[in-house]
Amino acid sequence: MIMNRRQFIEYSGIGAAALFSPSLGRVVAAQNNIAPIAASEKKKLADVALNAATKRGATYVDVRIGRYFQQFVITRETSVLNLVNTESFGAGVRVIADGCWGFMATDQLTPDAVAKAAVEAVAIAKANAKLQTEPVILAPQKGVGEVSWRTPIEKNAFEIPIAEKIALLMEVNQAAMKNGANFVNSQMFAANQQKYFASTDGSYIDQDIHRIWPTFTVTAIDPKSGKFQTRRSISAPCGRGYEYLDAKPGGKLVGVTTRYTTSYDMIEDVIAAAQQARAKHAAKSVEPGQYDLVLDPSHLWLTIHESVGHATELDRVLGYEANYAGTSFATLDKWKGKDFKYGSPIVNIVADKKQPGSLGAVGYDDEGVPTKKWDIIKDGILVDYQKTRDQAHIVGQKESDGCSYADNWSSVQFQRMPNVSLQPGKTPLTPEEMIKNVEKGIYIVGDGSFSIDQQRYNFQFGGQLFYEIKNGAIVGPLRDVAYQSNTQEFWNSCSAICDERDYALGGAFNDGKGQPGQISSVSHGSATTRFNKVNVINTARKI
Amino acid sequence: MATLNESEAKALLQKVLSYSKADECQVTLSGGRAGNLRFARNAVSTSGAADTLSIGVLSSFGKKSGTTSLNEFDDASLEKVVRRSEELARVAPENPEHVKLLGPQTYLAPRAYFDSTAGITPDFRAAAAAASINPCKAKGLTAAGFQQDYSGFTSVANSAGLFGYQKSSSADFSVTIRTADGKGSGYGVCDFNDVSKMDTGSVSELAIQKALRSHETKAIEPGKYTVILEPAASVDLIGHMISAMDARQTDEGRSFLSKPGGGSRLGEKLMDEQVTITSDPLNAEIPGDAWAGDGRPRKPVDWIKNGVVTNLAYERFWAEKNGIAGGGAPRMGSRAPSVGAFEGASGFIMAGGGASLDELVKSVKRGVLVTRMWYIRPVDPQTLLFTGLTRDGTFYVENGEIKYAIKNFRFNESPVIMLNNVEALGRPQRANGCLVPPMVLRDFTFSSLSDAV
Repeated sequence: MIMNRRQFIEYSGIGAAALFSPSLGRVVAAQNNIAPIAASEKKKLADVALNAATKRGATYVDVRIGRYFQQFVITRETSVLNLVNTESFGAGVRVIADGCWGFMATDQLTPDAVAKAAVEAVAIAKANAKLQTEPVILAPQKGVGEVSWRTPIEKNAFEIPIAEKIALLMEVNQAAMKNGANFVNSQMFAANQQKYFASTDGSYIDQDIHRIWPTFTVTAIDPKSGKFQTRRSISAPCGRGYEYLDAKPGGKLVGVTTRYTTSYDMIEDVIAAAQQARAKHAAKSVEPGQYDLVLDPSHLWLTIHESVGHATELDRVLGYEANYAGTSFATLDKWKGKDFKYGSPIVNIVADKKQPGSLGAVGYDDEGVPTKKWDIIKDGILVDYQKTRDQAHIVGQKESDGCSYADNWSSVQFQRMPNVSLQPGKTPLTPEEMIKNVEKGIYIVGDGSFSIDQQRYNFQFGGQLFYEIKNGAIVGPLRDVAYQSNTQEFWNSCSAICDERDYALGGAFNDGKGQPGQISSVSHGSATTRFNKVNVINTARKI
Repeated sequence: MATLNESEAKALLQKVLSYSKADECQVTLSGGRAGNLRFARNAVSTSGAADTLSIGVLSSFGKKSGTTSLNEFDDASLEKVVRRSEELARVAPENPEHVKLLGPQTYLAPRAYFDSTAGITPDFRAAAAAASINPCKAKGLTAAGFQQDYSGFTSVANSAGLFGYQKSSSADFSVTIRTADGKGSGYGVCDFNDVSKMDTGSVSELAIQKALRSHETKAIEPGKYTVILEPAASVDLIGHMISAMDARQTDEGRSFLSKPGGGSRLGEKLMDEQVTITSDPLNAEIPGDAWAGDGRPRKPVDWIKNGVVTNLAYERFWAEKNGIAGGGAPRMGSRAPSVGAFEGASGFIMAGGGASLDELVKSVKRGVLVTRMWYIRPVDPQTLLFTGLTRDGTFYVENGEIKYAIKNFRFNESPVIMLNNVEALGRPQRANGCLVPPMVLRDFTFSSLSDAV
């Protein structure tokens, strides 16, 4: 479940109350040296925890020593509202004792404190074991020894001076105001997770993970009517370095509006956004009814995320998320039958924890499993789920998919979504060619409002830009558009997918799940895709 | 170490302030212990605890500010956190919206901390879960639930003489109980500052009844219906509206309260006259925060009185710029969702009547009873149109009786429109840190059916 922007700001501790609740991270100096700590130092500490818990009777122990950096540059018009660098450093120890999980975290990185946390984790496991009916069974995982992995970045965002980022955002804001915006809010989020993992399986894994998200919202007001319209950035948060902002010409697709694939031109996008927000005031309010939808990757990623990504999480299917995120319609009988038509035969959806540039790309997950790529939907049929080590045996499998993740050293790891993406079409097809075949349709770019039920059947999505298609041509912009559908019906109405030239990743920097809530970052790729006869509603109201 | 008393906190804050070389410096200290237990499939799935203690420093040179924080407490680290914030302030550009720190303030003293909650142990959490799981097992039902607790303190001091100290605690429990065949689902939830008020068994019993009762559903056509919303169903939707009552957004013409041609709808009657929404940190049911994030005291505020919008939230800069007497009311606090980031319940209080939920149901000729709403997201900020779905107990009511369970609906509705259509309000109950009455509303817009259970 993706947090809305306000929730994300509050969750990240960068809202107005940030100073008063800095518990999610200690903030470090602007130009701080964030060179990773030597793995040998972390190994010593990890071994203390592994030994302490084992001594108390734990049959399995893992320890994660994490140093998490975040940087936020938050601006509006001509002001920098907030500059925040957070650093969070601590250790979490997870154990199995008496067949049950226990977890304890500490921000005191001394051998004594880490050993104490390990002992408390065992005590928690033993207290809970009294309620346990089935002991935890872990899929085997051979120790990988002492290894390391790093996101392949060209420019480390944390080494780019803050002044440079401020200058870019100020230029963005100025461009917006010059091109018809009344207001503009722009932000740059960067994250670096330096994660060390050790387990009683004999793994000592050191990882350095980087993510970035430049984004903005422009607002155009029509004072006479008192109406306001917005257009958000169509950038994608991604697992790249600051080079994402290099605006390389080969990283974009030009069409009725410019879209971005591997490189982002923030100035170009904000100029378009300001003009498009202004133009929305004159756009036609949509006539409700059935339309063929042509969905750009900057939009479709969110529909994939909600209707396929979450629906095929095995923990949801099994009921572990029943109290909060919900369960799933994609039940085990549908998977066992090997004939559940999730989508039309051209729908191929893969899970991939290795995809370059994606938010979910890592070398190993948070329980030491090497990452991989696998099919979720093959030729329209549901063929697999997303799993962690303690779930594999439930579906008769012998290995985890490497889907374990914790958002902080103080959070307990659990099953989180890998990158889940729609494969591009095999026949050459561009969005322009696709639109030529649509008689009555809407072309949607950018993600907007989103909501789906707790079993992932009924959903409603908005967007940023809507274009009316009549008899094979775009005739003008629309507004007040949202579509509603049912997951299986929607994916079975998928009638054409553009080829790989049009493939792009979108993603969520702030996907929320679990209790207590944790956020993770995940990408979803697709090429522009057509869905036939989808129900479109008009969202305009009067108050 | 995590929960310091007032004099310990004050001494530590003063020490940090003594390192400051900036024009202005404000320091906050917060810490506590958070614990949780999560269960599903009638067994514990995850459980853990974490201790946190952090210090935050805001330094300003003129209009240039930097914010840093740290979780190490030796003298060298305390000086380092101050230097780092000063370094960041020097890098920062001048903020034209900078406001000077507040001097000494008088804070109310909400009783938000309870030793009972601070004393929670792993065994206590396991027993609370057992009180929910065991009756489910006995009835062949499946429980998934979550219990979390927090106890700690927050304290603030600055170079202009401000000081505040407050302790708080919280305990939350929620459970979703499903029938074995997955065709029925019921929800129960409660939250308190004082865990001794929490009875996970009785909350679970309500959820059990709903699960059993919702086992076979009928589909009724989407459309406009009279609804009976339980407090847990309406609290988030109304909370979203309160959050949007921001003076600056309104003055800038980008709020549901902006007026065509400029100005705001403050003072206009936008809702039914039965609607009165206030906040009060001293309310004994939902004791709140003594101060807001920027150090302003939290005081009782009327937000909506008899349907009339009576107050908007102000950030300090906007209040000063517009000459608002008393600096305006700060935005209502929210409960941060993470372990260790609990901020206390500074929720809203919606006035109601004396009727119970059952009595309200008896008054309805034809309507839909909603237990819980889910995945509520904004569709149009202009009209505060939200979409979302019902879940875990949706029933058809006829002639004052619950007749049968119905399939869930997606709704597209604005809380402003919804609160114009009030038929009756019941006795307010605590829900998610707020006090909300169960309510009967006419013409609530359900736009499609959902197959989800």
